[in-house]
Amino acid sequence: MINTKPLLQMKNVTKIFPGVKALEDVSLEAYSGEVLALLGENGAGKSTLMNILSGVYYKDSGSIIIEGSEVDIRGIKDAEKHGIAIIHQELSLLPNLSIWKNIFLGNEGFNGITRRINKKDLIEKSKKLLEDIGFNIDVDTLVKDLNVGEKQLIEIAKALSKKSKIIIMDEPTTALTDVETNNLFKVITKLKSQNMSIVYISHRMDEIFQICDRITVLRDGKYIGEVKTKDITKDDLISMMVGRKLEEQYPYRKSPEGQSILKVENLSFSKKVCNISFEAKSGEILGFSGLMGSGRTEMAKTIFGEYKKSSGKIFVDGSEVNICSPKDSIEKGICYLSEDRKKEGLILGMSVANNMTLANLKKYENGAKRINKTEESKTVKEYIKKLSIKTPNSEQLIKHLSGGNQQKVILAKWIMLAPKVLIIDEPTRGIDVGAKKEIYEVLNELKAMGKAIIMISSDMSEILGICDRILVMHEGEISGELSREEASQELIMKYAVGIKD
Amino acid sequence: MNNKLKNSLLKYKSLIGFLILCMVISVITPRFLTIPNIKNVFTQVSVNAVIAIGMSFVILTGGIDLSVGSILAVSGAVAASIIKSTGNIYLAIIVALAIGSMVGLINGVLISKGKIQAFIVTLATMTIFRGVTYVYTNGTPISGLGESFSVIGNKTVLGLPIPVVFTIIVFGLAYYILSQTRYGRYLYALGGNEDSARLSGINTNKIKTLVYVICGAAAALSGIIVTSRIGSASPNAGVGFELDAISAVVLGGTSLSGGEGSVVGTIIGALIIGVLNNGLNLVNVSPFYQAIIKGLVILLAVIVEKKNK
Repeated sequence: MINTKPLLQMKNVTKIFPGVKALEDVSLEAYSGEVLALLGENGAGKSTLMNILSGVYYKDSGSIIIEGSEVDIRGIKDAEKHGIAIIHQELSLLPNLSIWKNIFLGNEGFNGITRRINKKDLIEKSKKLLEDIGFNIDVDTLVKDLNVGEKQLIEIAKALSKKSKIIIMDEPTTALTDVETNNLFKVITKLKSQNMSIVYISHRMDEIFQICDRITVLRDGKYIGEVKTKDITKDDLISMMVGRKLEEQYPYRKSPEGQSILKVENLSFSKKVCNISFEAKSGEILGFSGLMGSGRTEMAKTIFGEYKKSSGKIFVDGSEVNICSPKDSIEKGICYLSEDRKKEGLILGMSVANNMTLANLKKYENGAKRINKTEESKTVKEYIKKLSIKTPNSEQLIKHLSGGNQQKVILAKWIMLAPKVLIIDEPTRGIDVGAKKEIYEVLNELKAMGKAIIMISSDMSEILGICDRILVMHEGEISGELSREEASQELIMKYAVGIKD
Repeated sequence: MNNKLKNSLLKYKSLIGFLILCMVISVITPRFLTIPNIKNVFTQVSVNAVIAIGMSFVILTGGIDLSVGSILAVSGAVAASIIKSTGNIYLAIIVALAIGSMVGLINGVLISKGKIQAFIVTLATMTIFRGVTYVYTNGTPISGLGESFSVIGNKTVLGLPIPVVFTIIVFGLAYYILSQTRYGRYLYALGGNEDSARLSGINTNKIKTLVYVICGAAAALSGIIVTSRIGSASPNAGVGFELDAISAVVLGGTSLSGGEGSVVGTIIGALIIGVLNNGLNLVNVSPFYQAIIKGLVILLAVIVEKKNK
């Protein structure tokens, strides 16, 4: 490392959202000519910290120092002025505009009198920027005709056009193929040699060891430590990140296995779910693993009646049921917790109480069709206590709760209905570690009560840690079944990519 | 300003705006705060208030109903012709309400099951039922409806004009439904997030259809009041009323994207429009300027609303 003085320092940054401390006393240093990894689990505060740096949020306390002088970043324009650019997971390019128009969007510059932008000049500059990062393409191409990896390069060119010195990349490889990833890494190396500072957010260990010089670890909104990549092993890094051993994180308990509650026979939905048959037994957590797009969510939504099945039969407690809508499904005792909390689970403008009782309101209705609000709020308070939901009171708007607590409210919504079968889709996505464990405990309790729980999850260690039995899906079909004892990451992966034995 | 005070000021901003407006007008003209004028204002407000309450149901789900003016006209015309031919007022009222509900049902089914945008559907039915009214009346007003029918629009009960009594009843019902019943809760849920509501086992199509039926019935009731007040059913009745109703809802702080708001706000919104109209008339502001001022007031209300989001 040539530089001894950091290009960027963030000192004791704290950010509090209503109901949750997202960041507490977090510090970070980045030098020019290096790649800094920002590592942490979902909900550790990585994105919040970077959003503060790029001006999306404003810090509650702490300081940001660039090249030795303190700066005040109150908006994206401020961040740009100080040479900070962020490349988000969801790219922010306009698909219907050409490459060069996207690169200079908002920074076209124009002739003082005629207000005309100098097209020729911008096209030339765009070409130059892209050549610098080794990407040769006609800059008149529309962005919608590019693949994700190429779009990312355009974002980088855009950042460079603004003379950025610090580029933040938020999980840049999530949607990339291996070839695209390698290409991106080449670009990152090039940027490094041009004395840029890269902040690289990811939780893919291999990538971090491949590309990053130093690593800053966050956990639950707190600063855990900073290490040089060459001085640490993966295992040590994981324990820094998680803060506890795997066994502690997944509190598995066996329940006496009961009868089959849900039986699905040859279920199909268009081309996404093909001939699925399985049984879910009382007292077990049945895991569904598989890659993105393997049809797990579609299968769940077909059982739940949100999608209309093209064929197949569903049995509950041995008798066939006809499910045409979520309403039917709920009446038959099958509930579904969606993978997308905000879009398909919560009513953000409503209170904790109203969200919790939404599926179960009939119970509180009296003769005059009036909701008995005393009764309702009594039950809600009970569940807030039972699931240790952190909220000032039951009338708090749910949007002010943290992800984990929101998820617990939705979980309470379904538990209240006393379902026979509970299908949960990515139940711990974007939730902090503490809340995760509490949710597993709730699932264990439900299991002990004799419910059948079906858990869809892309988090392999979660599937291995908490499930009694695992089904793996591949392209809409079940490609393998594993017991808890025989399951391993390798076997699941083998089935998930469709290798049959 | 301390937070608690600020919050309660924000909560009651529509009401505060209304009271300020009343104060300003009563300072400018002594004719405003007189019993006959107040009675007059309330009666005038009733017509819009009843429609606006129905409109609140629709807007709370994130929809819109442009056809209320035409529903008002067609149900008024049918009621008038029934009275002329049979003299049976009750039959006329029932048929008028049924027609309003039917048109609402058509709107609702096309929007919920047909999945067409509410704006487009009700824009079409607005045009269609205006046409139906012209065809039905042959383009001429139906008048000579007799003394007994004019009671509805022009007499008082316990000192209250009958249209005002109607409004209070409709308001009470709406308030009860929205704040105390399961249907009301579902309606807010649907307006807040339709997918979440459906996946919570709510029959969202049914709720959505019903709000247009309620809105249609409210417009028809308003049609009966208008027809009785004027003593004739004009094919042009209710033109532009949808905009007054939407304005009242918006002035009352209900969000056009649905899920937030109340009928209490709507009533205050309707009162603001009514008092503004009345005040501007009392001080002889030209109708041309009146339109400008009304538009500015709506903009101001929306800006205040936005700023505090």
